[in-house]
Amino acid sequence: MEYILIIISAIFVNNILLSQFLGVCPFLGVSNRVSTAVGMSGAVTFVMAVATLVTYMLQYYILVPLGIEFMQTVTFIVVIASLVQMVEIIMKKLSPALYQALGIFLPLITTNCAVLGVAIIVVSKEFTFGGDPHMLNMAQSVVFATANALGFGLAMIIFAGIREQLELNSVPKPFKGAPIALITAGILALAFMGFAGLV
Amino acid sequence: MSKLKLITKGIIKENPTFVLMLGMCPTLGTTSSAINGLGMGLATTFVLILSNMAISSIAGSIPNKVRIPSYIVVIAAFVTVLQLMMQAYTPELYETLGLFIPLIVVNCIVLGRAEAFASKNSVVDSALDGIGIGLGFTLALTVLGAIRELLGSASFFGIKLIAGDGILVFILAPGAFIALGYLMVIFNKLRS
Repeated sequence: MEYILIIISAIFVNNILLSQFLGVCPFLGVSNRVSTAVGMSGAVTFVMAVATLVTYMLQYYILVPLGIEFMQTVTFIVVIASLVQMVEIIMKKLSPALYQALGIFLPLITTNCAVLGVAIIVVSKEFTFGGDPHMLNMAQSVVFATANALGFGLAMIIFAGIREQLELNSVPKPFKGAPIALITAGILALAFMGFAGLV
Repeated sequence: MSKLKLITKGIIKENPTFVLMLGMCPTLGTTSSAINGLGMGLATTFVLILSNMAISSIAGSIPNKVRIPSYIVVIAAFVTVLQLMMQAYTPELYETLGLFIPLIVVNCIVLGRAEAFASKNSVVDSALDGIGIGLGFTLALTVLGAIRELLGSASFFGIKLIAGDGILVFILAPGAFIALGYLMVIFNKLRS
């Protein structure tokens, strides 16, 4: 039950993009076509789940026992950057087809604040799923990260679909490009607010 | 390029928010009031100036292949300094801005300036560039924060202008997107 609550809350109620503003750069940058949005979401899901698992272990088995939690930002970003590089190399070797599809998005993920954001959230925030406030355990953290990545993907794919249609319409000149995209995202965020109170 | 121009170009011509569209996450996430926007802008400016200076002085000795990871580590170190300082001196602001302070590490503006400017220019020029871009970013965040605060809670820098609530949606997430969108429209119109 708790896992279902985590998943619904992360995908719909507290959507990482539309209510927490993490990962807005790729959201506006690579959401012109549905196919690239799908590729980006796939790469983000994979990296976010693995990165959160690794940073979770880093936090509780290294930083906390040694009493050096203030090194969190530095160690997390180094881990994420090297992880992305490693995923790229492994994927290139094992599955060239997948690499072809996701490869170009991988370097962009290092500076996707959603990945670092989720890694920090799971080790610093208390959640109230099913009772008293508590920190997430390892399995819950990975589920939380995956669900957030899926929420990112959902918002991204819906938005890309809208933008593909938007290109066919005539938009006043000052609204062209980013401004109309932002206003559309605002309306989408309004729609997602309808899920508030679900969990 | 004259020294003064280095500072002023960041404010209008190369404004990181309105023209370059960088660093959107903190721009949207922290501007629910003018004070928060100002605080976030100044925090980013602090990191930007110091990382620009540090990177411009060490850029010559970093091998080309590992330059991006090295830059990120330098930036992360300054962000950690900022985090510890804010926890000590401005704990309230640190609490409100929350997650977005550590996320300065992955702010594309900081890494972008390191790669595009600081690695190729002198320490003094890089510091001035950091000041200029930082000011442009701070200005954009403060303006957006002031507008959202004015519409959303009918106050200006925390001073209540009229009794009662504002249009609540401007404080919430959708309002951030919509306000920034319209602000960009006005900026585009004025520029052309």
